[in-house]
Amino acid sequence: MISAKPLESPRSSFTLQQEGVIAVAIVALSAIVSLINPDFLSANNLLDIAVNTAYIAVAAAGMTMVIVSGNIDISVGSMLGVCATIAGELARNGVPVPAAFAAAVLAGGALGAVNGLLVAYARIPAIVVTLGMLSILRGGLILVTQGRWIESLPEAFFFSQRSTLGIPNPIWVMVLVSVLTWLFMKYHRLGRAIYAVGGNAEAARLAGINPKRIYLFVFIMNGLLVGLAAVLYASRFTAIQSNAGQGFELAVISGTVVGGVSILGGVGSVMGALLGSLLISQIGTAAIFLKVSPFWLQAVQGGLILLTVLVDVLRRRRMT
Amino acid sequence: MAVPIIELREISKAFPGVQALDRVSFEVREGEVHALLGENGAGKSTLIKILTGAHQPDSGTILLRGQPITIPDTRQGLKLGIAAIYQELSLYPDLTVAENIFMGHQPSNRFGMVDWRQMQQRARALLHELDADDLDVTRPVRGLSVGNQQRVEIAKALSHDARILIMDEPTAALTQHDVERLFEIVRRLRARGVAIIYITHRLEEVFLLADRVTVLRDGRVVGTTLEVSQTNQAELVKMMVGRTLDTLFPKDPAIPGEVVLEVRNLSYGRTTRNVSFTLRRGEIVGLAGLVGAGRSELAQVLFGITPAQSGTILVEGKEVRIRNPREAMALGIAYVPEDRKLQGLLLPMSVRENTTLAVLRQLLRYGFVDHQAESRLTQEYVDRLQIRTPSLMQQVANLSGGNQQKVVLAKWLAAKPRVLILDEPTRGIDVGAKAEIHRLMNALAHQGMAILMISSELPEVMGMSDRILVMRQGSIVAELDRQSASQEAVIAAAMGASELHLV
Repeated sequence: MISAKPLESPRSSFTLQQEGVIAVAIVALSAIVSLINPDFLSANNLLDIAVNTAYIAVAAAGMTMVIVSGNIDISVGSMLGVCATIAGELARNGVPVPAAFAAAVLAGGALGAVNGLLVAYARIPAIVVTLGMLSILRGGLILVTQGRWIESLPEAFFFSQRSTLGIPNPIWVMVLVSVLTWLFMKYHRLGRAIYAVGGNAEAARLAGINPKRIYLFVFIMNGLLVGLAAVLYASRFTAIQSNAGQGFELAVISGTVVGGVSILGGVGSVMGALLGSLLISQIGTAAIFLKVSPFWLQAVQGGLILLTVLVDVLRRRRMT
Repeated sequence: MAVPIIELREISKAFPGVQALDRVSFEVREGEVHALLGENGAGKSTLIKILTGAHQPDSGTILLRGQPITIPDTRQGLKLGIAAIYQELSLYPDLTVAENIFMGHQPSNRFGMVDWRQMQQRARALLHELDADDLDVTRPVRGLSVGNQQRVEIAKALSHDARILIMDEPTAALTQHDVERLFEIVRRLRARGVAIIYITHRLEEVFLLADRVTVLRDGRVVGTTLEVSQTNQAELVKMMVGRTLDTLFPKDPAIPGEVVLEVRNLSYGRTTRNVSFTLRRGEIVGLAGLVGAGRSELAQVLFGITPAQSGTILVEGKEVRIRNPREAMALGIAYVPEDRKLQGLLLPMSVRENTTLAVLRQLLRYGFVDHQAESRLTQEYVDRLQIRTPSLMQQVANLSGGNQQKVVLAKWLAAKPRVLILDEPTRGIDVGAKAEIHRLMNALAHQGMAILMISSELPEVMGMSDRILVMRQGSIVAELDRQSASQEAVIAAAMGASELHLV
């Protein structure tokens, strides 16, 4: 997009830049990889990348709310595993598939509510609360499933393998969730309150906003979206593993942070998080096409997080 | 005895927008208690920070026993024997008394391991010198009385073998009994030849304790250092105040209307004690007092941040309860806090988002914010307050202090309050913006708003207020009207000076 008008503000220019930089990175990476392996740009592969991104991006929308409010949730991987298992177990035992999916989403909301209550009202730092939750859920999941995979799921369960109007269902969900949460964050009173609390909780409180309610709200929203991500994840393959979602938190947080959501709170957008998630999973696919060891992938992911946060912290320091 | 142990010559120090010290010369002798007096913002804190090495002077010389020195940091300051005890004690509550005393220079053996036995012995010896043998050096500091904590601080200073001891309002938080013990310790140290710089707001202490006194005002030494025996309280008050009201404060006489806010016997903890006053439409009431007198705390009670524990609040004659900021806002009360960066602004966000924060509910359509209405409202206040910003989407972090303050004001004016509480509304902003804010306050009062203004700048209080309430130790100790108020009277009430005979 070329515009003759100067960018209005440092903030919008920053987020635009950040989103622009990610968009450019995605295009550049595609170009480079396709030079080496032209199959990379095939319609099938691009759709694959988008489908692979979908459950990350859906969770990243929730993570955006949490991080913008000045918190973090590192329990999303374990939550995804638990919610996926709930959906699968219910469906396998004859519960109608839509009800099983709804149960998974609500379970995510309930887990998010526990996180939120501990953060908001017990005043335990979010990183500690969600670290505890991560560990409890992961351990609990293995205990309950005893490490068995959930198989022989009914045909109706495989929502993510189907398409609507020629486009895979996960992509529809990803786009819908991103647009709705983006609009919500930008235009809804509560969305604005999330930015306010993350920008300066004390000033927000003096302006009549109750930060505790906002904290609870973002964790519940995040939980619901993780539940939805779990449905997308679980319904994609023929079996649900008991270690489902391991490392998922890293992918979601990288996507969100690389997309320009400030780890210090108050700044960032869901669209940035969506682009960031796309970039992260594109790098994963590119690594396969370039036959690079997957261990490099983790290092690159970590490096990207540090780089983005460094830029953000330096920028903030100049600000105050 | 005549050679000063430390001497400052023509020390100047500027911070952005303010000349904190302007060619200040000052000396202290061994075995002397030298009192340093001055209003809030007179430059006392800066002077201490330069002496301890926390700040570097822009120009001027520091002489230690006649030798010019530089004090690059506080560690070096301690090495030179200069120690300070601040009003806010800086102890580690969970460490023991002995550990606190020797923090940073624990006695250790040749392997670098802390020698606990020696540390405790030396701590006991130090406390013995302070006549505080009753203090157990192995207990944690948490739970000690303020007086005992202060003794630990003093022992800490002595453990560095301090020859110059700076005490910043040491009696501010002490009980009468502890004050007497402190005086005893100060006299004891003086007898041992320690030079003591004693900063206080309580004039009577100067006469009880000090040998000489220096008064600072607006970063300068007033007159010369005086022998305490050759001055009196009235003279010192005059020296501290002694300036004329400048023309910065174009206050129109108010036409006060009916009472909007009345409080009776309001109390909260130890900071707000039995406060009663009324506030009428169209008047500006100044709330004066020293730092720590409980002015901001009173504002926070009124705004529901720390809801009153007892007492009555009436808004337009009706008794109300204010339990949180939202309830205060619903009653038409607005509070512009003291620290705009910590309490007022969403720094990473735009002028528009900041301005509409408190009234966002009024700009909703189906739960979503109407951006056009939001921009219109913001533009209205940007024009009215002459906020200089390149656009409504400008990040407030990039505005000047004066314009940031106007954004905070805009946020609260947008809520159309009946009662506006301003806490240090012009602190740290330039003269032009200051005059604009004063004009605005006038205009608001004219439109019928009731304004309660907290200010530590006496000329501002004198110039802008229709009435002045003076607070001291959590209570309102004086109410003066515009005609009868003098700076001397305000200062005297704020400091609780006794037997003042001012002409």
